[in-house]
Amino acid sequence: MEKIKKGVRLEHISKIYQDPKTGKDFYAVRDTSLVIEPGSFVTLLGPSGCGKTTTLRMIAGFESPDEGEIYLGDEPINELTPNKRDTAMVFQSYALLPHYNVFDNVAYGLKLRKVPKEEIRERVMNILDLVELTGMEARMTNQLSGGQQQRVALARALVIEPSVLLFDEPLSNLDAKLRVSMRTEIRRIQQRVGITAIYVTHDQSEAMALSDQIIVMNKGVVAQMGTPQEIYYHPVDEFVADFIGEANFLKGTMVVREGEKVTLSIDGNPLVVDGRPDMQTGSQYTVVLRPEAASLADQGGMPCEVVLSCFMGSYQNYHVKVGDTLVKLEEHNPKNKRIYQVGEFCSLVFDPASVHVL
Amino acid sequence: MARGQGAALDRKKLMADPIMVTTIVLLITFLTLFILYPLAILLVDSFVGDGSFGFSIFKRIFAMPTFTRAITNTLKVGFVVGIFSSLIGLLFAYVEVYVRMNRFAGGLFKLVSLLPVVSPPFVLSLSMIMLFGKAGIITRFLLHIYDNSVYGYWGIVIVQTLTFFPVCYMMLKGLLKNIDPSLEEAARDMGAGRWKVFADVTLPLMLPGLGNAFLVTFIESIADFANPMIIGGSYDTLATTIYLQITGAYDKAGAAAMAVVLLCITLLMFAVQKYYLEAKTAATLTGKASRGPMLIEDKSVKVPLTIFCSLVALFVIMMYICVPIGACFPTWGYKFFPLTGKWFKQVFTRYHGFKAFKDSFVLSLIASPITALLSMIISYLVVKRKFKAKGFIEAVSMLAMAVPGTVLGVGYIRGYSGGLFHTGVLQGIYGTGLILIIVFVVRSLPTGTRSGISALRQIDKSIEESAYDMGADSLKVFMTVTLPLIKDSFLSGLVTAFVRSITAISAIILLVTPSFLLITVQINEFAEKGSYSLACAFATILIIITYSAVLLMNLFIKYFGTSRKIKED
Repeated sequence: MEKIKKGVRLEHISKIYQDPKTGKDFYAVRDTSLVIEPGSFVTLLGPSGCGKTTTLRMIAGFESPDEGEIYLGDEPINELTPNKRDTAMVFQSYALLPHYNVFDNVAYGLKLRKVPKEEIRERVMNILDLVELTGMEARMTNQLSGGQQQRVALARALVIEPSVLLFDEPLSNLDAKLRVSMRTEIRRIQQRVGITAIYVTHDQSEAMALSDQIIVMNKGVVAQMGTPQEIYYHPVDEFVADFIGEANFLKGTMVVREGEKVTLSIDGNPLVVDGRPDMQTGSQYTVVLRPEAASLADQGGMPCEVVLSCFMGSYQNYHVKVGDTLVKLEEHNPKNKRIYQVGEFCSLVFDPASVHVL
Repeated sequence: MARGQGAALDRKKLMADPIMVTTIVLLITFLTLFILYPLAILLVDSFVGDGSFGFSIFKRIFAMPTFTRAITNTLKVGFVVGIFSSLIGLLFAYVEVYVRMNRFAGGLFKLVSLLPVVSPPFVLSLSMIMLFGKAGIITRFLLHIYDNSVYGYWGIVIVQTLTFFPVCYMMLKGLLKNIDPSLEEAARDMGAGRWKVFADVTLPLMLPGLGNAFLVTFIESIADFANPMIIGGSYDTLATTIYLQITGAYDKAGAAAMAVVLLCITLLMFAVQKYYLEAKTAATLTGKASRGPMLIEDKSVKVPLTIFCSLVALFVIMMYICVPIGACFPTWGYKFFPLTGKWFKQVFTRYHGFKAFKDSFVLSLIASPITALLSMIISYLVVKRKFKAKGFIEAVSMLAMAVPGTVLGVGYIRGYSGGLFHTGVLQGIYGTGLILIIVFVVRSLPTGTRSGISALRQIDKSIEESAYDMGADSLKVFMTVTLPLIKDSFLSGLVTAFVRSITAISAIILLVTPSFLLITVQINEFAEKGSYSLACAFATILIIITYSAVLLMNLFIKYFGTSRKIKED
């Protein structure tokens, strides 16, 4: 597939919908600008109603933006209908043509492009090989499992060699185990083909596993864009921190600054962390503490009371109260550790380097 | 917030698709010319028919005692028929869903639901007269009553009830099957008896549906032309009064005003049914029940219910059978044996039967694929596409559902006999086969569109989107994806359109010219003249044609339908 890779650029894109109940207009997507690099795998992540699917459908051409312009490579594509855009979409419901068999489903786009018969056969077979469906080409789609149907949908999108591959929550109809193996598969194929991919999901672990870049969306705007690590370790706000994995928020007042380090007072307990230059003494700040970064000890940290203690197999799940703040934590590999019971008073300990100040 | 750009882009994308645009424009033209315009011209004519604008024509017709009597007659019949039909329909539906029937009773039920579909709307009037009239087999020869009159109010009520209750039965059956059995089980579990469950759970849930069935029948009844014509005697309803006003009194302006009155009544009913009751029905009964309901095992309930329904069903079937048998009696009312084929022979030798069948058959055959395709296109546009004129297309095709055939017929006379707005434009189509075909199409379009819409709603929107995304344009998507997926619905739409066309009478009888002989018009004429044997002979052949069409369709769907293959999940 020797094709010039193309990126996607959104410039100040907005989409306005009408609320069917109140009849009022609202922004489904608001003033969103994005640059998606050629060949990268980018995920649009967010809760339902955050505008991620609308954004994807605008890129595919099913919806028209009310403001702004979308570029595929350097070409503005606002006025192009979906069939004229060099994008291919993998749908949540697979959307295979039920009256065609596997081969004809995959060949559909090529037939529309009037590709010679011999070439169609070759390309379809190659793609089916890539998605590991060789030998299934004569099956009707309803004779396939969910995972196989998803592979057909992927093959059908890939075979026309689009500039950009669009995924609309493609794994949400599969069971948990299959979902994990399919996402590895999707990543493998995307890297083999080297195609630009935009992937919509509300599942943060899926986003982490797949993406070069994650775009977290909330209420129609981009909350944060970055690599999975950036987003996980340095979320820009409570929403992002909470949406990506579990997060505890500790509120504290800044007491003193010593060079890079600042000291926060959390419920009277001092905590020394890496500070930002703009932080002011006396102001309130929120610290993000991931559950796996903390553990319990008899002494040496912040005093706390255990309110929940629950064995989860690979870890012991605790909820503790530090002052009035509830902190959730996961003590991994709990077999040889002391287990604290509900009602016990103990100490919450964590490495100050593992927390992030918002 | 400005939504201008999005709307402009949507418009541009639409314009980039010339086939779509042409289709939409043609469709709008068709709907405007042949549904909206004829109704509009009725309004115009009834206000300015005699030169000056005003209510003078309405004043005139409301001063006619025949007209005011016709209004009360129509409403009285419609109301009673609506109640009877929905109650009998409910009983049938309840028995079918809640009682395990033996095969015989099951077969009877199925036949009852099929017969009204394949037979012309007025055969029951014929058999009613032949069984219970002055020279009726039952009244005269079994009971020796010599002066029984079936003509008039009760005749119409009985015949219409028997004709329309199967529709209610099918509607209510669908609703009963959708009741989640756990609701009733919960009531049983808390100690309610079978009767209490019916009164407290089933019936309240069915109430909007029952109201819906009542109104649908009510509309059918007041729009019905043929039955009151044949069995009404001097008891005139609005449809027959309008017909007589045109054919007897040559008062076209008066007829137009009367048609407006009839239209207003049906539109009002239709609006209530459509926007109030249908929404309520959908709100109370959502989703499909996962399993069947608890069947009634109690013999004291089961046996009488089954027997009663089977008797009604047998009676209805007997009335239908009476038609072919009646066509074989040598002299109706006097000589029953030996059975003879002479009437059938006369149909073809003396009464141009061949031409009548050919005309009806050919016109319906031309109309049905147009109807089927048009209704599929409308449903596709309504369900799957977004564009500005969509609301208009949807509303007008719905409107056609509420327009009685007689009203449409008068509208066409007023609208096309002098050309568009009496200017002579398009006058050429008046009196031709073309206008008959158009009437056939318009009359069957709503049913086709309705079934097309419900078929398309079952198809995941993203299937078409995926084809579009792969590079297919609208025409390609429609031809390679949409149509194959609703092939069964298309085929049955085709046959329904054919059957409805070949059995249609109300609008057609006003528009047909001597150059065309139509079977239904012939049947009506012979029935009017009292030549029941000939009418029966015509009707029998007609039923055979329609029934074969339905059989053919079922065979075709069985062997060539795609949906079966797809549904095997």
